[in-house]
Amino acid sequence: MADELLLNIRGLKVEARGEAGWTEIVHGVDLDLKRGEILGLIGESGSGKSTIGLAAMGFARDGCRISGGAVTFDGVELTTASDAERRALRGSRIAYVAQSAAASFNPSLKLIDQCTEVATVHGKMDRRLAQSASIDLFKRLHLPKPAEIGFRYPHQLSGGQLQRAMTAMAMVCRPELIVFDEPTTALDVTTQIEVLAAIREVVRQFGTSAIYITHDLAVVAQMADRVKVLLKGEEVEEAPTRTMLATPKEDYTRSLWAVRSLRAEAKPATVPRAVPILAVDRVSASYGAISVLDDVSFALHPGRTLAVVGESGSGKSTTARVITGLLPPTRGEVRLDGEVLPASYRQRSKEQLRRIQFIYQMADTALNPTQTIRDILGRPIEFYLGVRGKEKEERIRALLRSIELEPDKYIDRLPRELSGGQKQRIGIARALAAEPQVVICDEVTSALDQLVTEGILKLLLDLQKRLGLSYVFITHDLATVEAIADEVVVMQRGRVVEAAAKADLFRPPHHPYTELLLSSVPQMDPDWLDRLLAERAANEGAPT
Amino acid sequence: MGPSSRLPHLPPTVIVGFAIIALYAFAAVFAGVIAPYGETQVVAGEFEPWSSAYWLGTDNLGRDMLSRLLYGARNTVGIAVVTTLLAFAVGGAAGLVAVVLGGWVDQFFSRLVDVLMAIPQLVFALLLLTILGTAIPSLVIVIALLDATRVFRLARAVGMNIVVMDYVEAAKLRGEGWRWLVFHEILPNVMPPLVAEFGLRFCFVFLTISALSFLGIGIQPPTADWGSMVRDNASLISFGDTTPLLPAAAIAILTVGVNFVVDWFLHRSSGLKD
Repeated sequence: MADELLLNIRGLKVEARGEAGWTEIVHGVDLDLKRGEILGLIGESGSGKSTIGLAAMGFARDGCRISGGAVTFDGVELTTASDAERRALRGSRIAYVAQSAAASFNPSLKLIDQCTEVATVHGKMDRRLAQSASIDLFKRLHLPKPAEIGFRYPHQLSGGQLQRAMTAMAMVCRPELIVFDEPTTALDVTTQIEVLAAIREVVRQFGTSAIYITHDLAVVAQMADRVKVLLKGEEVEEAPTRTMLATPKEDYTRSLWAVRSLRAEAKPATVPRAVPILAVDRVSASYGAISVLDDVSFALHPGRTLAVVGESGSGKSTTARVITGLLPPTRGEVRLDGEVLPASYRQRSKEQLRRIQFIYQMADTALNPTQTIRDILGRPIEFYLGVRGKEKEERIRALLRSIELEPDKYIDRLPRELSGGQKQRIGIARALAAEPQVVICDEVTSALDQLVTEGILKLLLDLQKRLGLSYVFITHDLATVEAIADEVVVMQRGRVVEAAAKADLFRPPHHPYTELLLSSVPQMDPDWLDRLLAERAANEGAPT
Repeated sequence: MGPSSRLPHLPPTVIVGFAIIALYAFAAVFAGVIAPYGETQVVAGEFEPWSSAYWLGTDNLGRDMLSRLLYGARNTVGIAVVTTLLAFAVGGAAGLVAVVLGGWVDQFFSRLVDVLMAIPQLVFALLLLTILGTAIPSLVIVIALLDATRVFRLARAVGMNIVVMDYVEAAKLRGEGWRWLVFHEILPNVMPPLVAEFGLRFCFVFLTISALSFLGIGIQPPTADWGSMVRDNASLISFGDTTPLLPAAAIAILTVGVNFVVDWFLHRSSGLKD
């Protein structure tokens, strides 16, 4: 039973519909999965990992089709099965957990109704039985108040809780195979741990087979028995997790492994200059009656990088909104090179606006889809510097060269004709076009793959060295902090809990919250999660 | 992703729709050349039957029906196009400005539109035209203003989705004024639904003008116009003659044709699959 093959994929080919007909995006991938085994699928976006995950259920997204190969699930050939046959399998024997649980639940139905629906539709259980099965799963997944939580609506749960509720929904029918599609990518590191631990525990208890799709190597190291690395719809290599981590064979795999080793050159300790380029001084802010920032102060010195770290809801993005003047503070002030900035961006002069530029997290929504790269970069040049015509064109080209994009090839493109990393580079170029002194980077790499992230971070460091820029770098990712920061500010619930030079921050003793953050960053070590959970359990057991 | 394919083939209804629109546009532009007689020229007796001289007979004053149908295309369709354009200029601009400026500007425009829309449109138009008189400019302005309320709501609704995007915020932070935000950042992104609405709105405007003309306060005689042509010759219907229904049919066919095209365009811009 243990070695029995559950899922067998041979020569899978998937095509996607594009402007010029159908193009192949998965080029003949093989995949085997035994009962009770967890297989990690890893790759950048566009590597076809999600498409393969869906194909394992005999499903292709809108605008895609399975064009070749065989997907055999426990003796049933899914590619040729009728819709009714496939429907009978899905939900009951094969289940799917999506990346964003918040977007995948129906907001107007209670969780318990959505969890029981699968079981009742398939006629596996009656409603009452399905309810008790769901509640049992809520308990096993360590959701708070398992007996009552199901009777709430999705918006009443946190992201981590929803992700676990979705896992419960997938498991109600005790499926033999679950496809997890990046279930923790949208979560904070501290929440991610809870979800990873809960998923792993339940999957092991029930001996469920799983395909675990992710771009995060450290996560896959904790979850999977075997790892398959994908690149552009083709397999790069496959090996048991420990073997893969210890001795990756292919260059591409090794490059994935190496990303996390990027480090900025240590800069000389702060030359204590009287006036910091940007000072946030005792700032408090609120949305209506809800206070979101409380007495936040920090200073950024010229040519240096200040990282603001914290989970979502810690106030780090709000701090950026205060600095840019989008949210006027209720108390305190922001000074640029010693000069107090007006609270609202509306009252700031063009010159003041020019000197602080902002790079957004989602390059997709930060670039106007109807403007060409020429317009996007040309506008700030013309607007701030009054440069027009030939000289403007020359500057746009110089900017494109500085972000390592070939001007002739890209200048007339629209944002949708660029990849995610290229879009983010355009976002950087737009900020540079204004010739700023301070650049605020709001989670600029959190939507990108590791390799692309490395490229962006290298570019930012390089630009800093050449142009003497100062960065406020907002992030929740401590690996990024290690790579790029000079000073670090840790925020929690609208307050600064720790401020230190990078070297000091990563050296104990820490503030307890910093400790929690640091220990929650997944390590490239298959035993890390077990060790951490054991440690935390021991600490909880011990009287403090 | 998405059906962004460059029209591999058009559905037959769309081809029919485009053909109808092209035919009407041709008739409107070249009415003076292709019409056998003048627009207001009395050429024969009243209510002549169809013959080789008068293909579609003559009307209640003895004017050639075919010629008047062709000139009617120019008048009715021309006025409808101008009215719709005006409605979009006013309603679209007000809607997007309300979105960008927000606050009391948005409140003012929105409540004003609520009040205007609370009164049944045809009744309101009748009332205003009775007060203002039935000259063509006042007809155009009254209908355009009343239709602009609908355009305002659509433009404001779709603009709301765009104004929260980061690129609009980026432009605000750059220090751009509201004109740049409206015309460079928001308008290009709300064009597809607005263009689709333009087609629909055109049909409604067209029908409103015809209805008003039929009621006698729209386009005034002797100008050829399909709505009043139906009214003038309505008595023929009781004799079993289909001639008075021809202008009505002309209105119906154009409406159907435009809707074919608009449906297809809406379908494309909404990103629905077939």
